Amino acid sequence: MLKVSNVNVYYGAIHALVNVSLEVSEGEIVTLIGANGAGKSSTIRSISGLVKPASGEISFNGNPIHRSSAHEIVRLGISQSPEGRRVFPAMTVHENLKLGAYSRKCSKSEVSNDIEEMYHTFPRLKEREKQPAGTLSGGEQQMLAIARALMSRPRLLMLDEPSLGLAPFLVQTIFRIIKDINLKGVTILLVEQNANQALKLANRGYVLETGEVILHDSSSELLANDAVRKAYLGD
Amino acid sequence: MSHISSVLASLVHVLSHAPSVFWRLTLSGIELGGVYALIAIGYTLVYGVLQFINFAHGDVYMVGAYIGFFSVTVWFASSSPWIQGICGIVLSIIGCALLGLFIERLAYRPLRNGLSSADAVPWSIISAFYVDAFLGKYLAARSVLPAVAIYLIVFAISFAVMLVVLKKLFRMLAPRIKPTNDRLTALITAIGMSLLLENQGAASFGVSPHIAQVKGINQSVAPLIVLVASVVLAAALVFVIKATSIGRAIRAVSQDKDAAALMGIPTDKVVGFTFLLGAGLAGAGGFLNHMVDGVQFDTNIGITLGLKAFIAAVLGGIGRVDGAIVGALLMGLAETYTGASIFSDFKNAVAFVILIAVLLLRPSGILGKTAQEKV
Ligand SMILES: Nc1ncnc2c1ncn2[C@@H]1O[C@H](COP(=O)(O)OP(=O)(O)OP(=O)(O)O)[C@@H](O)[C@H]1O
Ligand SMILES: [Mg+2]
Repeated sequence: MLKVSNVNVYYGAIHALVNVSLEVSEGEIVTLIGANGAGKSSTIRSISGLVKPASGEISFNGNPIHRSSAHEIVRLGISQSPEGRRVFPAMTVHENLKLGAYSRKCSKSEVSNDIEEMYHTFPRLKEREKQPAGTLSGGEQQMLAIARALMSRPRLLMLDEPSLGLAPFLVQTIFRIIKDINLKGVTILLVEQNANQALKLANRGYVLETGEVILHDSSSELLANDAVRKAYLGD
Repeated sequence: MSHISSVLASLVHVLSHAPSVFWRLTLSGIELGGVYALIAIGYTLVYGVLQFINFAHGDVYMVGAYIGFFSVTVWFASSSPWIQGICGIVLSIIGCALLGLFIERLAYRPLRNGLSSADAVPWSIISAFYVDAFLGKYLAARSVLPAVAIYLIVFAISFAVMLVVLKKLFRMLAPRIKPTNDRLTALITAIGMSLLLENQGAASFGVSPHIAQVKGINQSVAPLIVLVASVVLAAALVFVIKATSIGRAIRAVSQDKDAAALMGIPTDKVVGFTFLLGAGLAGAGGFLNHMVDGVQFDTNIGITLGLKAFIAAVLGGIGRVDGAIVGALLMGLAETYTGASIFSDFKNAVAFVILIAVLLLRPSGILGKTAQEKV
């Protein structure tokens, strides 16, 4: 479904991604783990079209997308819940969700139906429907960011550190919701600091280190790998 | 002594007529504020989406006044007042909206997307001065086209040609040129654009002031028309921003550009649209102030009125539409009251006094709160 081949990304003199290649197949949950500054967000941002690779190719369902702009890539069915939530702070929860459906060409009633569905999955958001998103708690903002990303009805949902700064109980909830979303047929690319939980949820994982993919395998193998356990699972 | 007594006499006169004089002044203060608001909204909208001050915006207003002038005195000179007024304001709005869009596309967008050739933009503007002076003179001497058309054509051609030529040159030289500070480049570009529009205005229309008015307009009704029209236009703008899908997209871009792109919002198009909206309103302001109210003007009004409108936007909290409107009304009233008082010599300075006072108390402007809450 998604194929990243030999992608290089630079920020000025910083070489942030070095020949990164990865693949995600339809229906999978794939996780991307690595230390701070390893290039996880850069990988996701280059798939979304927010940063342009200096070289390499990215294709989605066989079509090259690395030259498309971000708003076109959303239309193809790739959605992202970005690092740090990035909800629109001065807009209400409802408006944020409406904007999530901006890329869709569909009727207003379809959008309202989907918003209701999101309120069903995230009852907290319903209670805060008319509240500016900037006044939500961190966990609520995270739910909003995920719900907003789902509003475009993506085929592939990319989540950049959805558990960042959340209480353990809420982390469990978020991971359960990710599983549910996947069961409904949405493919998932998950970036996590919380490598242990991410690997338990995912089918496969990629390990990034200073911009390079140093390892990729099935989750169970990675969980059993000594080097991975030392570096990312705190053993 | 006689001077003081005459001041006292006029003071007594004003006080004895206080209610009516006061209301008349208030009304014309609001009217002037309405015109400022139509300009200030453009500064604030663009600042909202780009965090950038479009110094050329005031000059777009000046072009609006000239489009209005030629509509009223040449193109629709023999039409009825209604046709003159309606066609004039529509042409001013459309002409300025397109000019605003053009400036964004050719001068500012290249700065955002790719810095190496961005350095060519300020240089192309500077070089365009010369091409423009030459071409403008040549065409004006030989052509039957109206001055505004020559103005716009020469402006577009000289700038676009210089941009293309210099971009090529800069690409060739790129490895040797260090990229400059992008914010500074943007600022210089905007100032250059403003100078280009203004100098060319002086070349095409002359430096002497112009004055004209829609035929047969009633002097006591004109201010009311300006007031009502600016209220209607500002209200329409607020409606677009608050209640339409494109308005929501504009707010999204101004709150978080990357997140907006992730929603599928074409951010460059949205930025272009904000220039279109802001410039169109400035065009309307130019027509209303000069062709309806008959205020004398020259090619400097872009700087003089533009600067005051910009101050109004900062005063209200730049980036916010409601702030621009509040700031503009405050400025209009303050200026009018001062002009009618014994301090009338300070009429044009009062803007700066208020600005300093407000910014000392509230650095982010009257309605400006956090950096997040914009538009
Ligand atoms: N806009 C930018 N400008 C300059 N350097 C950047 C920029 N964004 C990222 N980098 C650099 O690129 C490298 C990779 O950053 P990236 O955000 O992809 O890491 P990450 O794996 O997501 O880290 P974290 O776990 O902290 O989120 C880092 O060294 C970072 O400093
Ligand atoms: Mg990151």
